[in-house]
Amino acid sequence: MTLVVLTPFDLALAASLVVLLALLSMQLKLGIARQLLLSGLRTVAQLMLIGLILKSIFSYVHLGWIALLSIVMLLLAGREVMSRQKYRLKGWWGFGLGTLSMFISSFSITLIALNVIINVEPWYTPQYAIPLLGMMLGNTMNGISLGQDRLNQSAWQQRSIIEARLMLGWTWSQAIADIRQDSIRTGMMPIINAMAAAGIVSLPGMMTGQILAGTAPMEAVKYQILIMFLITAGTGFGTFVSVWFGSRRLFDERERLRLERLQVN
Amino acid sequence: MKLVVKNLQILKLSPWNFSLSEGECIFLSGSSGSGKTRLLRALADLDPHQGELTLDGESQLSTPAHAWRKKVAFLPAESQWWYAEVGEHFDDYDKTLLSQLGFTEDVMGWEIARLSSGEKQRLALLRALAQSPEVLLLDEPTANLDSQCTHVIEKTVEQLRKDKGMAVIWVTHDAEQLSRLTTQGWVIEGEVIKERTL
Repeated sequence: MTLVVLTPFDLALAASLVVLLALLSMQLKLGIARQLLLSGLRTVAQLMLIGLILKSIFSYVHLGWIALLSIVMLLLAGREVMSRQKYRLKGWWGFGLGTLSMFISSFSITLIALNVIINVEPWYTPQYAIPLLGMMLGNTMNGISLGQDRLNQSAWQQRSIIEARLMLGWTWSQAIADIRQDSIRTGMMPIINAMAAAGIVSLPGMMTGQILAGTAPMEAVKYQILIMFLITAGTGFGTFVSVWFGSRRLFDERERLRLERLQVN
Repeated sequence: MKLVVKNLQILKLSPWNFSLSEGECIFLSGSSGSGKTRLLRALADLDPHQGELTLDGESQLSTPAHAWRKKVAFLPAESQWWYAEVGEHFDDYDKTLLSQLGFTEDVMGWEIARLSSGEKQRLALLRALAQSPEVLLLDEPTANLDSQCTHVIEKTVEQLRKDKGMAVIWVTHDAEQLSRLTTQGWVIEGEVIKERTL
């Protein structure tokens, strides 16, 4: 089976469905028509741009360019993590903590996957490295922002309880332990659900894409399993790191709760 | 001297210098918003502050913060409870104190949601005392309680001062209560903390 190449007309047809939806929502005064169309345009522009970037990176394989693209992806993901939080750490911490956690988990796991598991030559072959890192970042980003948001919000709401524990001589770590556990659970829940539902409720996007592109189903399945496990590990470790350091940052060197380090968006 | 405080300073208040000997009780009063609670919080190292504090010769900074707070216990005006039942909040407690505060051991099975404010405050005192503090900081602990309950709390604290040498700083508005507790203390007037003998 060869890949059916999509023409601009095919895409325009799909776009017209979105326009139709926008017209309908205008009729119903939902107030999302503008947002819908704008997001649609962003999808086209952003994907075209990344398509062009990938095309040139694929034809001119150089570690430097791949590293540069990876860093840009990381920073954009870091910004996304920060903007999704209602209560976030002030200053560079808000951006730095999420970004650092994603860097630690996503990059190290992508490196392990490329060098040990997939074992391509060279290890930074962009056809593997970039999509893999992209999937890692996209999912780790979810876990970290959910975990971080839960942590900060709970600390804000339960400040009296945390302080009451400090008054009883609990350490900072004991005083926030239940909130921390809760936050890590929250961060990991989506990926645990995704693993449980994989193949039954939903066919994962990557596997669907490979099958559409003509890969044998079992090969696509094996890749999907690999990706799922890598994403789970990345999300889990990333959430651990960010929630741990995030919870430490809420206290100072004298184990005082310092909620003025948070800002409300 | 048990607790020695040199130049404790927060907000715009003038530096506070005082010391507490074993079993001593002093009061701290001032209008609401004058910084009484903030001063107590600084003594328990819950808020950033300036000054040198020592307890039995050990400086605050050389003691881990949580260990300091075990010895310098803070009992706030409103107690916090985070489990469903009373007993879950206690690893250990003094059975004599429990009955002195007017409870039997059944109380450990009671639901937090069904406690009255008086019961909560007496149990909060029991919980704070379970860590055997050297100094107890009381922030209007009987503000909303009936006279019966107030009496029990005053008597319990009084007895611990005498038996265990626990030092006490008591924040209160109530002049009548003050006359029962102690004659020595401090009053915050504007930005100055003045020593006062009643």
